[in-house]
Amino acid sequence: MTPNPLKTQADRRKERIDDLAATAGGSPSGTVTGAGEIEESPGVSLIASAWRRLRRNPVFLVGAGITLAFVVLAIIAPWIAPHDPTQGLLLDKVRQQSNPIPGSEPGFPLGADNRGRDLLSRLLVGAQQTLIVGVGATVIGLVGGLTLGTLAGAFGGWVDSFIMRIVDVMLSIPSLLLAMSLAAVAARPSQMTVILAIAIVEIPIFARLLRGSMLAVRSSDHVLAARALGVKQSAVVFRHIIPNSLAPVIVQATIVLATAIIDAAALSFLGLGNPDDRKPEWGQMLGASQEFLGDHPHLAFYPAACIIIVALGFTLMGESLREALDPKSRR
Amino acid sequence: MTETIENVQTQANRNEALLSVRDLRVTFQRHGEKPFVAVDGVSFDVRPGETVGLVGESGCGKSVTSLAIMGLLPRRGVKVEGEVDFQGTDLLRQSDDQMRDRRGRDLGMIFQDPLSSLNPVVPIGVQVTEVLERHRGMSRKAATPVAREMLDKVGIPDPERRLKDYPHQLSGGMRQRALIAMALACQPRVLIADEPTTALDVTIQAQILALLKDLVEDTGTALVMITHDLGVVAGLCDRVNVLYGGKIVERGDRHPLFASPRHPYTVGLLGSIPRLDGTRGERLTPIPGSVSDNLPWDSACAFAPRCPNAIEVCREARPELLDDGGGRWLRCHNPVENPLEVTR
Ligand SMILES: Nc1ncnc2c1ncn2[C@@H]1O[C@H](COP(=O)(O)OP(=O)(O)O)[C@@H](O)[C@H]1O
Ligand code: SF4
Ligand SMILES: [Mg+2]
Repeated sequence: MTPNPLKTQADRRKERIDDLAATAGGSPSGTVTGAGEIEESPGVSLIASAWRRLRRNPVFLVGAGITLAFVVLAIIAPWIAPHDPTQGLLLDKVRQQSNPIPGSEPGFPLGADNRGRDLLSRLLVGAQQTLIVGVGATVIGLVGGLTLGTLAGAFGGWVDSFIMRIVDVMLSIPSLLLAMSLAAVAARPSQMTVILAIAIVEIPIFARLLRGSMLAVRSSDHVLAARALGVKQSAVVFRHIIPNSLAPVIVQATIVLATAIIDAAALSFLGLGNPDDRKPEWGQMLGASQEFLGDHPHLAFYPAACIIIVALGFTLMGESLREALDPKSRR
Repeated sequence: MTETIENVQTQANRNEALLSVRDLRVTFQRHGEKPFVAVDGVSFDVRPGETVGLVGESGCGKSVTSLAIMGLLPRRGVKVEGEVDFQGTDLLRQSDDQMRDRRGRDLGMIFQDPLSSLNPVVPIGVQVTEVLERHRGMSRKAATPVAREMLDKVGIPDPERRLKDYPHQLSGGMRQRALIAMALACQPRVLIADEPTTALDVTIQAQILALLKDLVEDTGTALVMITHDLGVVAGLCDRVNVLYGGKIVERGDRHPLFASPRHPYTVGLLGSIPRLDGTRGERLTPIPGSVSDNLPWDSACAFAPRCPNAIEVCREARPELLDDGGGRWLRCHNPVENPLEVTR
């Protein structure tokens, strides 16, 4: 399929969200044909069959492998890092004029940065910062998005229109631009302002997605059956609609994590992140490396490679999950 | 005027009737589309302990009728007119909250596809206790033994373990039993079963029908049995209403109706049931054409384009639902001769 050139990027973004949302709710009601045949049953069996397809999908396995390795490394980084990433252990090797970047030597496989700090340890501990920012932003974005999406999906009417109007406006701004603007207005940039800026960008994605999948689930047979038993409105929403609307949201969260990691790196690179470089962070390391790019490109290469590999891992995993859930996205 | 005759007759039954549907009319009005009348002046009564069938091809308005009775049609884009009298209250004039209190307590309903009608992420036990908590004010803990008893009653083996099972762990028949348990947990006076066996294997169908029959006989629950398959109502219903294009076209007691169907549409429906003994419909004769050929009821018989008995007047005037004098109601200008009368 060739994408419609007239369609703006914002429209495509919304369409992608809506396609994923439509996978919730299983088959629409009344799938029994006149002859009494039933289409494949929705719900758990759908997830089970998606899982069966995933297990044999090399793209998913690679993505999941990278993701798992990254998460494990990030968590155990402080224990496996050969040195303290904040200590200028090779400071005496730094020669301001002749050799600003100490090369590798025994115990320091990747050498050190311009302040004599072990590069490998900084990369490892930097993984932890990346994980904290990515997960922190996505969790806050999820909570915010789920709250707004629930309000919109449960109440409908003007609440829905109001929330969705704001959400759509936010979705029409490119996410990095929005995150940069938000981070730039912070009085004192810090890790928290990065997390918040990225979280706010994610909120409309999750809100639109959850609302869409709640609408799909709301018209499903089992919600009608629950209403036919007189189940209270709140229980219909919280027990019957929302738990069945979450699968697309979880899939989206893995994709969003990749974007969050790249966005966080971009913000730090631009100096909008934590100014304290004693806490190593990949984007900020990349930013600091610019000064030495000509003679010592490895300083830029390592953090950049880490960012790309990790973002790729989350994207491969997320996209194959999405594909398994939504056959329509296999184009 | 003919409707008046019917009203006079049913007025007498009215006091005994538990559920009395009067001139029910459901119109779908979508934005920018022409209004569509899905149910067009349907009236029928159900007495306690009685089973009444609502039969017709797919799309004739059976589900819409049942959803209208239950108050489950959306408010927006749908106009519901007429009266649904339940023990002296008109259900169509109840508020949303009042109907929510009645559903599951006074009125139960079971649906066509048992798997998609169960919440896939909640254990069966929780779905049964939910009704009891809602209408009986029980705690989850107090409701659990009652739920276990209900599962036992609907013939689910090892109910203790099944309480913890998720819907996908049950077979199709077991799921429908679980749904019946949920619908009957609070002993509603009326149960509406909308094609409860359509999605099931033939052998399971018979078991579910037998179970429904037992349960309603035990408790005196009135059952409205909805199906496109006359074979299903044959063994179950006291009275049968045949629906075509949103209107009742024939109504009668089960035995005479099956022995001598008089409306050409009913004859056609019976002809398309496979019979094991081969006495009728040895050749499966499906009704020619489809509902898309229907004429508007205002000025004709909707069935005329498909009707083997059609005469000129059928395309010019609407037939009314009339008593043939023997308790059979017919909406037809040229009904099939009653074979019993002929032989007499
Ligand atoms: N929500 C709706 N909007 C518009 N038309 C509907 C809606 N629901 C049902 N209909 C129409 O009403 C008619 C009766 O439907 P239904 O009662 O579901 O038939 P069935 O007898 O097979 O249960 C059908 O022609 C159907 O297309
Ligand atoms: S009224 Fe005429 S067309 Fe309609 S069923 Fe009777 S005979 Fe057939
Ligand atoms: Mg139906």
